[in-house]
Amino acid sequence: MKHRILGVINLIHENDELGPLTQGRCLATVPFGAKYRLIDFALSSMVNSGISKVAVFAHTKYRSLMDHLGSGKHWDLQHRQSGLFILPPLTDDLLEVSRGDLYHFYQQRDYFNRSSLDYIVIARSHMVCNIDFERVLAYHQEQDADITVVCKEHDGPVLGKSRKVKLDADGRVTEIQEHFGRLESNISSMEMYIMRKDLLMDLVETSLAQGQDHLVRHAIFSRLGQLRVFGYRHEGYLGVVNTLASYYQHSMNLLDQDVWKELFFMPGPVYTKVKDEPPTRYAAGSRVTGSLIANGCRIEGTVENSVIFRGVHVEKGAVVKDSIIMQNGYVGQGSFVQYSIMDKDVRVEAGRDIRGAGASPFMAAKRKII
Amino acid sequence: MVRKEMIAMLLAGGEGKRLGVLTKDLAKPAVYFGGKYRIIDFTLSNCAHSGIDTVGVLTQYQPLELNRYLGIGSPWGLDRRDGGMTILPPYVKQKGGVWYKGTANAIYQNMAFIERYNPEYVLVISGDHIYKMDYDLMLQHHKRSGADVTIAGLQVDWKEASRFGVMHVDDEDRITAFEEKPKNPTSNIASMGVYIFTWKTLQKHLIYDEANRNSSHDFGKDIIPAMMREGRKLHAFPFKGYWKDVGTIESLWEANMDLLAEEPPLDLYDTEWRIYSVNPNRPAQFTSAEAVVTSSVVSEGCVIEGEVDRSVLFYGVQAEVGSIISESVIMPNVRIGKGARIYRSIIGEGAVIQAGAVIGTPEDDAITVVAVEQYVTNDHMVLEVEPT
Repeated sequence: MKHRILGVINLIHENDELGPLTQGRCLATVPFGAKYRLIDFALSSMVNSGISKVAVFAHTKYRSLMDHLGSGKHWDLQHRQSGLFILPPLTDDLLEVSRGDLYHFYQQRDYFNRSSLDYIVIARSHMVCNIDFERVLAYHQEQDADITVVCKEHDGPVLGKSRKVKLDADGRVTEIQEHFGRLESNISSMEMYIMRKDLLMDLVETSLAQGQDHLVRHAIFSRLGQLRVFGYRHEGYLGVVNTLASYYQHSMNLLDQDVWKELFFMPGPVYTKVKDEPPTRYAAGSRVTGSLIANGCRIEGTVENSVIFRGVHVEKGAVVKDSIIMQNGYVGQGSFVQYSIMDKDVRVEAGRDIRGAGASPFMAAKRKII
Repeated sequence: MVRKEMIAMLLAGGEGKRLGVLTKDLAKPAVYFGGKYRIIDFTLSNCAHSGIDTVGVLTQYQPLELNRYLGIGSPWGLDRRDGGMTILPPYVKQKGGVWYKGTANAIYQNMAFIERYNPEYVLVISGDHIYKMDYDLMLQHHKRSGADVTIAGLQVDWKEASRFGVMHVDDEDRITAFEEKPKNPTSNIASMGVYIFTWKTLQKHLIYDEANRNSSHDFGKDIIPAMMREGRKLHAFPFKGYWKDVGTIESLWEANMDLLAEEPPLDLYDTEWRIYSVNPNRPAQFTSAEAVVTSSVVSEGCVIEGEVDRSVLFYGVQAEVGSIISESVIMPNVRIGKGARIYRSIIGEGAVIQAGAVIGTPEDDAITVVAVEQYVTNDHMVLEVEPT
């Protein structure tokens, strides 16, 4: 079967309130779920939907992105004719880097024009989910829509910041507002848009000609009257991960086995850059419960209700509770760590006592020694 | 073609008869080990860390799974433009084809492959052994001594010596005598089946040996003794460290259990010498609130809700609430039902153990084996797993 969708992961001006976690990296490469980076979810969903050509519009702090994505091989995106394209800003003047996404799409218009694919899916990196875009396309065609926005209907309050959407009885989008808007709706936008490529190129050119350069705010918000914009309801799990509180809570949600299964297996697996880590070793006196643990760890102490990334060492007598310890972290003998997020290579020396609060976890920046 | 100083020929056709049901559809080098690996990963990783970029892998017995696993050698950095990994099965020639008759004959049949690279030296290794070794140090030793062949040697227990080819060496590591599997060994320096030959010399011997109708065309039994007889220069390269031939169910189980020691003799956590393998794509392992995991090695994608003690769990194993796994090796994607108990066992890939089933006993010395994709019910019926 031949596929017709071109994928775009749009990292331009992604709303990011992750503080120290994005000090040296872009939001797309924030580690998540014990071995992944945020971008893996959108990228894997695209690949599992049969999309074999994906452009990542890099914006700022993208060294970690280049390192993570490499040739795209780990997502099976290293092909002769298609595959992965990383497109950093193409500008003469550094001031232009801060212009909106439509400007950057325009700069890279050759990339779109060269492709023979009819449809385009644009996604962000901070919407953690597992979704089949073929189904979104089928819905798009059924509705005879110009643009389809993937939405999520929430039961409770939404963690993280997302735009609010109002749909009419037919599923047509009647209003979109920023997260701070007054619109009362329990439906939020997942910032995933599907449309024909020609329409996108039209929107890019007409908007820029009018001095507007933001895809959602300018090209879509203002045309809800003229264009048939529909909302596709995503039924699966969604984590809007763009604030520290939502990062922490969505990490903790993975400790629910149903969420773990849904996010990592359905409808397809999630891929990431491969590391040759050995399996994890549990020592004689270790106690591990209710946790998610990656390979390459050495657990000699107690780990409860926590997310442990690759290559972490928890020494004898150490206790890690309700925390997230990223790659190559070290928790020394007898230390106690609770409600904390430890970035990569953080070293907690022996005998320390670190406690954050559930609502505002303690945060240690990369390579910090405590 | 770019000339290579040394290329490796990796013998991977082993049938592994004594591994019983575990090698029914699988060549021995493809047998699982250590929660994540297959046995052949160790020799291939050794090649990668020793700067060897050209490896011929000689396959024969049940090659399907092994070929699929090796692919084009990318996990071991062997997808190269010049050289890289080449799988060398026996093939049909103009006058008909023959199986590899022995280890030496396998190399003989692939002389054309070796000649393409015109190497000075050829490293002959086997995909059946678990060890970490820098072949480059051995090559330097070989060049310094100017030997025709250098054989890696390991001191083994005297009572085990008769299982191996044993060597007598002088003060300068020159081999003065070599006996293949002697009844009454007079030395305990065992050959590890790791040889570096000066290619021109080996080539001559392979040709002589091929013409000899009485030969079994084996390195240990024929080529090395013939080189001794002709007064060639044979050297031993002393190796210290972990080396294991996992030829039997017991030794495979033991080698896995070795990883659980307080200070394991084989360090898989050395970042300078990572063991490369095909990484399965699985999320991190999930341990539930009821789980108890002690003294074990557990891989990604496992869901553990029961008790695991002194065991090795490969990726994707599900152990439900109330299950007990003790002193066992559980291969990938095994499902263990509620309250099932497994003691001193090896459970083959994809097997399903029904809730309440009991496999093995904690007291018995013998190791119980459940074959690949078998369904074990709680009244000890063994069925084939229905394909899903």
